[in-house]
Amino acid sequence: MKKFAGWTLSTPATLVVVAFLILPVAATFWTTFSTPNGPLAPYFAFFNSNLRRTVLLRTINVSLATTAISLVIGFLTAYVISRTPGWLKSILIIAAVFPLLTGVVVRSFAWLIILGRNGILNTSLISLGITDTPFQMLYTQGSVIVAMVYLFVPLMILTCVGVLESIPDDLIQASSSLGASPTATFLQVILPLATPGLIVGAVLVFTGSFTAYATPQLLGGEQVMMMGTLMYQQAMVVFDWVSASTIAAIMVVFTIAIVLVMTRVARRLNPMAV
Amino acid sequence: MTRPVHPLLIALTVLVFIFLVGPLVIVVGSALSDTTYLTFPPQGLSLRWFENIFAIAAFRRTIITSLQIAFISTAIALVIGIPAAYALNRHRIQLPAWLSTLFVLPVLVPELVLGFSLLKSVATGFQVPIFPALIIGHTLLVLPYVVRVISASLANFDFAAEEAAVSLGSPPLKTFFTIVLPNVRSGVIAAFILCFITSINDVSISIFLTGPGISTLPIQILAHVEQFFDPTIASVSVLLMALTVAVMAVVERTLGLTFLAK
Repeated sequence: MKKFAGWTLSTPATLVVVAFLILPVAATFWTTFSTPNGPLAPYFAFFNSNLRRTVLLRTINVSLATTAISLVIGFLTAYVISRTPGWLKSILIIAAVFPLLTGVVVRSFAWLIILGRNGILNTSLISLGITDTPFQMLYTQGSVIVAMVYLFVPLMILTCVGVLESIPDDLIQASSSLGASPTATFLQVILPLATPGLIVGAVLVFTGSFTAYATPQLLGGEQVMMMGTLMYQQAMVVFDWVSASTIAAIMVVFTIAIVLVMTRVARRLNPMAV
Repeated sequence: MTRPVHPLLIALTVLVFIFLVGPLVIVVGSALSDTTYLTFPPQGLSLRWFENIFAIAAFRRTIITSLQIAFISTAIALVIGIPAAYALNRHRIQLPAWLSTLFVLPVLVPELVLGFSLLKSVATGFQVPIFPALIIGHTLLVLPYVVRVISASLANFDFAAEEAAVSLGSPPLKTFFTIVLPNVRSGVIAAFILCFITSINDVSISIFLTGPGISTLPIQILAHVEQFFDPTIASVSVLLMALTVAVMAVVERTLGLTFLAK
């Protein structure tokens, strides 16, 4: 009995994951292989469609831009936070956690108010005399990227603060007492040690952007369709479930491949592991 | 410990925090505006848009549905997730390594894919009604948080205390409830609150599972925004932000906010 205690206790959760996640997702994959036109037909259809290829490339572009911007902003901000003393540091961390725990809809809606045709940015620009006619900012790739960066910068900041705090202070002190300038210490000690953690953070942001729905829906609309919004449209508007399943499968394969490859790269780049 | 930081970096940090906090301040401001359109800074202060939330039946209904789903799915996730986290820590040797990966799968699989698959297999295939289907989806959504937070709490627990109780004749279940659980109480509270807020805010799973008559608050917000552009949504957002403040206070007292960075 005692031998199986571990199994007994983990069985309910295991069953739930197998029954309601693994099997349904496998069934979705299966749909794409069992069409009358042959096993890979839906994938050929996907990659033969100009619209769909554009959506896939756009999703990759937006996700890469979001990841790059979030990485730079997040890391530099986290660097400053980790060097801030006492109470000010707590306030900065609170200010980063608050948006993180606020829902995606609320955070995307905020940008709807700012970037709208009669939004705050346009009315300010007009009243400042910079422009006479409002700019079309909503439903552009730029507005989606801005809102996505807004979504993921807090996550990046917190990940990077965690990474930077795990770097032993001795190493940084050793570096400067051996005569390295702050810039040299940053580039030659801190950055290499932080790289594996940064990759993990970047992967989180990339996969999050790649599979996002609410933000591209609210700020991109039909004009800036991404994989998530295209999948929703195929499933719930067009009711083409084979096509939606194909997009789902491409999304899963893409994100899992990125996670596997990048975590391996991160492990190899870890200077502490050598 | 404090070393000088380049002034340019400090300037960048200030800008980043304006970028982070500014939009939320704008939402609060426009929620208080007396106008029928969204504007900032608010013109005339009024709470009428908050009253308007409760005047709209769809909002009243979806707020209640969202709360119910968050409570029920969090409770289920705790009931199945705590024993699993306990087993992963206490009986690590007899369990295969992939089991812990299994419980983080819901994080690895995109939520949209999970939502669509549940719609296809569970809601359509097995004709499961909307409400239980939403419960299933949200339970999967929050289960990884339970396993992760409880595992982190159990990592600091000395199982020798449990063994002492058992060797003194305490039955296993009683030992669990009187020795183990009280020691991870703060973890349980934190897990509950994190699951709750995650469920309340979910869009990607619910968007596929909600249907005629039953919807959740974020889905109702999306639907409302497409038709009306009045400050009602800003007011709902302020309510959700108030919930976030409460959640943060609890997390800070139990795990410490830096836990979220790990």
